[in-house]
Amino acid sequence: MPELGRAALVVALGLVLYAALAGGYAALRGRRRLLDSARNALFAAFAATAAASVVLLVALGTRDFSFVTVARSTSRELPIGYALSAFWATQEGSLLLWLLVLTAMATAALALNRRLTSDVLPWTVPILAGIEIFFALLLVFVSSPFETAPAPADGLGLNPSLQNPYMVAHPPFLYLGYVGLTIPFAFAMAALASRRIDERWIVATRKWTLGAWAFLGFAILVGAKWAYEEVGWGGWYAWDPVENAALMPWLVGTAYLHSVMVQEKKDMLRVWNVVLIALTFSLSLFGTFLTRSGILNSIHSFTESSIGAWFLGFIALVVAASVTLILVRLPLLRARTKLESLVSREAAFLYNNLFLVALALTVLWGVLYPILSAAVRGVALTVGPPWFDFFAIVFGLPLVLFMGLGPLIAWRKASLRSLGRSVAWPSAAALAAGAGLLAAGAGSSPAGLVGYTFAVFVAAAIVLEFARGTRARHALGDGGWAASLAGLVGRNRRRYGGYVIHAAVVVLLVGAIGIGGFSTTREAKLAPGDSVRVEGYTLRLLGSTQERGANASEVRAQLAVSRGGDDIGTISAGKNRYFAEQQTSNEVGIRTDWLRAEDLFVIADQFNSDGSVFVKVIVNPLVNLIWLAGAIFVGGSLVAMWPDAREQRRLERRFAEQKAFARA
Amino acid sequence: MSSAEIAAVVLAAILAAVCVVFVSRPFLREPAPSGDSLDDLTPGERERLRLAEERDRALAALKELEFDHRTGKVSDADYREQVGPLRRQAAEAIRALDIGVERPDGKSRD
Repeated sequence: MPELGRAALVVALGLVLYAALAGGYAALRGRRRLLDSARNALFAAFAATAAASVVLLVALGTRDFSFVTVARSTSRELPIGYALSAFWATQEGSLLLWLLVLTAMATAALALNRRLTSDVLPWTVPILAGIEIFFALLLVFVSSPFETAPAPADGLGLNPSLQNPYMVAHPPFLYLGYVGLTIPFAFAMAALASRRIDERWIVATRKWTLGAWAFLGFAILVGAKWAYEEVGWGGWYAWDPVENAALMPWLVGTAYLHSVMVQEKKDMLRVWNVVLIALTFSLSLFGTFLTRSGILNSIHSFTESSIGAWFLGFIALVVAASVTLILVRLPLLRARTKLESLVSREAAFLYNNLFLVALALTVLWGVLYPILSAAVRGVALTVGPPWFDFFAIVFGLPLVLFMGLGPLIAWRKASLRSLGRSVAWPSAAALAAGAGLLAAGAGSSPAGLVGYTFAVFVAAAIVLEFARGTRARHALGDGGWAASLAGLVGRNRRRYGGYVIHAAVVVLLVGAIGIGGFSTTREAKLAPGDSVRVEGYTLRLLGSTQERGANASEVRAQLAVSRGGDDIGTISAGKNRYFAEQQTSNEVGIRTDWLRAEDLFVIADQFNSDGSVFVKVIVNPLVNLIWLAGAIFVGGSLVAMWPDAREQRRLERRFAEQKAFARA
Repeated sequence: MSSAEIAAVVLAAILAAVCVVFVSRPFLREPAPSGDSLDDLTPGERERLRLAEERDRALAALKELEFDHRTGKVSDADYREQVGPLRRQAAEAIRALDIGVERPDGKSRD
């Protein structure tokens, strides 16, 4: 039913056009019913987009090859899960996913903040509608998922690299992150347009920002897990432009989440915060542009298309409109308070902001430089991992240090003496750990050694914060120790959820340094019966097998693994040859030692006619801490996002007072 | 036109009609309302809201200072130095709210 899909998208476009025009006029002239009508149009646009999405999903599920999208991205033998994931594997499908998530989130955000959007921030409706217009226009006129052609006997299949469970999950999480950032951006711009720059827009969007940021962070890790298992070079993050595309808005979003706390506590950094949220949203659009425009030569970029110019134009429009609005409202945004001391929590947040933004802009330059050099000089120069690694160390290490220092410093002002007392125990723990690691031979990677030392400092600071807080609550008679800890976290969810997220970053850092600084690689050509030794492991080639899978032929090298003379099983690695796609993929073998968080990683590069196999064996120490960090990150994010009824009541009381006074 | 195409056109028409009704609902429900303007705040109300924010901010800061002092993050000397200005700030905001800066009709509350 391509006609239904096309019609649903046309209806959605009409609705968002109406919402933008009627909403804009209503906000300008203060028309209540017209604004409600415009808001309803946004709600209805979600229903229309959902209808279009169902049409595409049914077409993918039934392999209706009369849809060009379905014929290009699925085949009869493709398992159903991967066939449905072609929804976001294709350019037009991913644009539809953008619009679906955006209309869903806009509906939820407007419904949950009904009062705020109906008479406090009326501009939210036309701004959200304006963003939706762009995606609806692309889907209706430029890149339709409902284009049809005479159906071929079979489809072309799905890129083998995308036939992986992590890649099924990665794009939806990524889009929940990218698109979720639209909500705080729209509310911030609406607050500026409405001249309502009090803290209501921040409170209304806090959970949205945190949620989008958490989804984006989790998506980056799911993508890293996919790259680790599927791309098969033995690493987890390679500073690929598409990886960086997601990292940049996450870094700036991290800066915003910290600096917005300064605005809430001290009424400072108003300009900085609206700049950060505008930059975060622009970078999320830029990320979609990089992935979908086909401008990049990346292992993660699966499309080549003509939508690049449209995206660039829209990004330019968003940046120009945001900058103009911020400049026009600059007098309103002027802070009423000043930084009291350079040694204070807010100063620490400011330093961490500077490092985060500097790192994000450095990464941006690394992504842009090859594109600009190709456009200006006609030579496509590349910026490789050493360049990114250097700046990640230069900006990242002080960032980690401030992550530990920040929670230990009081707001407003801290004397050096009390700061010294606070940092004494974490510093002693860090120095002892650093000395121990040096003695154990970790000095082979100086940056890694410093990173581990700082990581211990942050971990100790987190433990100290929990311990001191729990002790203080216990002294207040808050029940037993467990009840005191629960009360501490329950009453300060954002702060202690944030500390859990800091702990996740520490665990990730330990894992990343482990694989980046201390992994060992060995390459060998093995005949059946031959062995190779690496870091205490011995791998003996048993032979090769060949099987026919559901949609590919699978060739595997079987290797027996022993350690310290004990057999610990077998590992298989090889290649898949996909029938419909006519492509080959590397299928690595991974054996995990959970106690050491270590992986034995095997790549079978070449199968020879004499039965020998060229293998690459890598031992990645601590790499599984990276994935564990993902779980801790999700846990911390949930704690920080959990609704706080007391704060909600406080805000409602404040507005109720306002109403009561007006009636007096 | 095949039956599938006809079904698609009918479904699309139903979708469009439902959307039009839903979008028109505010006008259908209130064809002649007594008031149709957005509830905008007066400058006086905005000032009161600012003061309420300032009061809540100062009270939250006081609470945080107390907690940091109890956990040992803030020394006795730092606590004594900071608690006075924060109490004054909260008291000034509360006093200004009590006096009443301006009523919506422009008159002073007292």
